[in-house]
Amino acid sequence: MSIRELVSGASIVVCCGSGGVGKTTTAAALAVEAARLGRRACVVTIDPAKRLADALGLESLTNMPGRVEGPWSGELWAVMLDTKSTFDALVTQYADTPAQAERILANRLYRNISGALSGTQEYMAMEKLFELHQAAGVGDAPAYDLIVVDTPPTRNALDFIDAPRRLTKFLDNRLFRLLVMPSRTYLRAVSVATQAFLRTVARVVGAEVVDDAVAFFQSFEGMEQGFRERAQRVLELLADDATVFVLVASPRRDTVEEALYFADRLIEAGIGVDGLVVNRMHPRFGAVTGSAAADRSRAETLASTPLGGLFANLADFRQVAEHEEEHLAELAERVAPAPVARVPFLDHDVHDLDGLGEVAAALMAAADS
Amino acid sequence: MLIVAGTGGVGKTTVSAAIARMGARAGLKVLLVEVEGKSGLAGSFGHAGPLSYRETVLSEDRGGSVRGRTLTPDDALVEYLEQHGMKRISRRLISSGAIEVVATAVPGIKDILVLGKVKALERDSDADVIVLDAPAAGHAITFLSSANGLLDAVRVGPIRAQAEEVVGLLSDAARCQVLLVTLPEETPVNELVETGFALEDRVGVSLAPVVVNGLYPALGGLDVGAATVAADAEVHLRPGEAETLDEAAAFRRTRQELQSEQVARLAEALPLPQLRLPFLFTTDVGPAELDVLADALAASLAEIPGPAAR
Repeated sequence: MSIRELVSGASIVVCCGSGGVGKTTTAAALAVEAARLGRRACVVTIDPAKRLADALGLESLTNMPGRVEGPWSGELWAVMLDTKSTFDALVTQYADTPAQAERILANRLYRNISGALSGTQEYMAMEKLFELHQAAGVGDAPAYDLIVVDTPPTRNALDFIDAPRRLTKFLDNRLFRLLVMPSRTYLRAVSVATQAFLRTVARVVGAEVVDDAVAFFQSFEGMEQGFRERAQRVLELLADDATVFVLVASPRRDTVEEALYFADRLIEAGIGVDGLVVNRMHPRFGAVTGSAAADRSRAETLASTPLGGLFANLADFRQVAEHEEEHLAELAERVAPAPVARVPFLDHDVHDLDGLGEVAAALMAAADS
Repeated sequence: MLIVAGTGGVGKTTVSAAIARMGARAGLKVLLVEVEGKSGLAGSFGHAGPLSYRETVLSEDRGGSVRGRTLTPDDALVEYLEQHGMKRISRRLISSGAIEVVATAVPGIKDILVLGKVKALERDSDADVIVLDAPAAGHAITFLSSANGLLDAVRVGPIRAQAEEVVGLLSDAARCQVLLVTLPEETPVNELVETGFALEDRVGVSLAPVVVNGLYPALGGLDVGAATVAADAEVHLRPGEAETLDEAAAFRRTRQELQSEQVARLAEALPLPQLRLPFLFTTDVGPAELDVLADALAASLAEIPGPAAR
């Protein structure tokens, strides 16, 4: 299967990889290409650069997709994830009463969760994906044929899979849940050691912190089940065959090592890698039969003429291209038989629809080779 | 103490290593600290295997040295509790998940603990200078402003005292500066400028010269056509070679122009001295490359008038 086939056949594409490798640009370019192929595509971005955000109409920050006009037969929609609003909407949906939702939304611990609890952003990205996937369009048809998800730059490959579990574990926190029980039961259930422990925590961070936590868990009572079920359905969606995972990398040794690590974790988890995109590739000049070493010795022989400089330049680029090829081959082998797309350095930053079109062309070009 | 910050992908870790190497060659004892548990720092010194919580000697040379270590939030927390007589609690805190609850309720507490430990290192270590490889841009801002944030949330107790001392360290330009790194490309430059202003405003920290990484070194003689030059010098080129040479030359010229534009933009938007590092046409940075970069840093520093950052 080629990258083009992935884009025309998948219903969900998740772009994963470490930070700084061009994930957001890749996700947006894939969505643009899908729109060109006549599909109704929606891209969920996490932290787009300002100019790209402007080009995609994301400055309005509504947490709902906005349509992007352009020269395509399909549709392109884009949304920038607002973690807090997404979480607020979930709480409102699962609360038994509006009053319960209010109490939670006002709680200081809750207000900090969307920023502080690691994995919340990943969880909300997956939640947004789920919500968009369920969204209905005209008649009974789904609103979008394809949803492309950018993932937050993260150290851990599987944060977006682990995030639901981590959140439910947090909400299930046994220690604090004991505090939610009526006082007599609490006094029996909680040992002296635990009480001492909590007093120490209060001494270190202040009693208000412990009080906020207790209040939060008390208001949350009864909702964890709803969250847990929702998280389960999100995981099922991710595990579905129509969900495709594209690993994005750049050919530097450090990013390649991170990408290999990502690939291994995804393969171990049974998710696998369906496509590989390597950005920021230097062009390969000249015949494949040439070598940097040969060019460099030509440069030395010709050092007394301007040709020396020209050959030295060629040698520089051949050298870096050779290293990049090695790393690319290593990655390609690890994810085989997934298709590989190489995206070259472009003449300019990608910050508008034309730029995205160029990246998309490069992504599709690889499919034909 | 020098905190090295920048967007993901600009080469922060490499620059941290190069600065450390430069310091060591000048006879200083440098402590290189990494806070995300990532590998890569040690590799550039030719050291196999990851860094740990205990210091590892990465290089020793003419009286100077570079020692490296990690300092992740979990490690910092355990050490903090042990030092405050709460060793038994630390295991329970982590296994019961209560630390997540506390860390969520008190945003920045994990970062505070890391910064607090760095502050203790600054006070206690025999290192002449500490180089801290900070988290990538956005997170760097929250990381460094965690102390200020915490002072709002926590009114009393040892954590507050800790936060106050960290704020004291960060705002003392004589003891601590933030060095921002960028590539000569549009988005990284935009993000550096934003981060620079945010750090000055929200954290009150002083900024060291910025480092522009990955600049194509100037190479003369690239604006002449290969075929012409070959004819003049009576050198025979193989079929297609002239075209290849011209293409490669054109690519380099174009990228160099783009880079110069960005360097100028940066200078205008953020009037700080710039240290410039060359692109090394390689994908791996090892000890040899590190020395080249350390040389370039030293040369670039020498060009800045007045007292330079350590």
